[in-house]
Amino acid sequence: MSAILFTAQRITAVFLTFAVIAHLSTILYAVRGGLTAADVMARTRGNGWLLTLYVVFVVAVAIHAPIGLRNILREWTPLNRRSLDIALAAFAVLLLALGLRAAFAVYR
Amino acid sequence: MMHASHRAAGYIAAMMHRIAGIALAVFLPVHFVALGTALGGAGAFDSFLSATNTPLIKIAEGGIVIALATHLALGMRVLAIEFMIGREPTRIVVPVCLAAAFAVGLLFALNVQ
Repeated sequence: MSAILFTAQRITAVFLTFAVIAHLSTILYAVRGGLTAADVMARTRGNGWLLTLYVVFVVAVAIHAPIGLRNILREWTPLNRRSLDIALAAFAVLLLALGLRAAFAVYR
Repeated sequence: MMHASHRAAGYIAAMMHRIAGIALAVFLPVHFVALGTALGGAGAFDSFLSATNTPLIKIAEGGIVIALATHLALGMRVLAIEFMIGREPTRIVVPVCLAAAFAVGLLFALNVQ
């Protein structure tokens, strides 16, 4: 199980490296103009490529973050491992649901 | 208990990578809920943006940008060590990663309106 989680975290990390560089660049560009929500959404709405990118981004984050938290919480807390796994699986589902909702809200 | 190894660059890098990761994990659901207000149209999204346009929130946003850049830079270091170069000059690479993250935070602070 740990080997699968390790591999999943590293594969998503490689994708996230590129995605986060693009995301940070966009943030630095977007905050510069003091854009309004209407300005932002005029640029994002109906952009199928960006929607696809952010859907994959959200899926990668929903895999990557709970695995990282699992490693930290297992090492730093005495929490029951099975309960921890269930809680983090729920966290993954929460990230996926909220993240997909956000991606569709901004880009569809 | 503080050990001598806790002052080593590799240990500091691992701690900062983890702390930045925890900050991002806490922030992400809030970020997604905030973006989800766009479902209510640009007006609803704008109301949310103006409600959060306070100095404290701006500082927090800067902190999250620095956390993201720190986690990215130190994560790239981990991937490089594990899959490409094996060992690296830690005392040089870690400060470079942190400087890059700080530079991104500075760019954000200088550009944010």
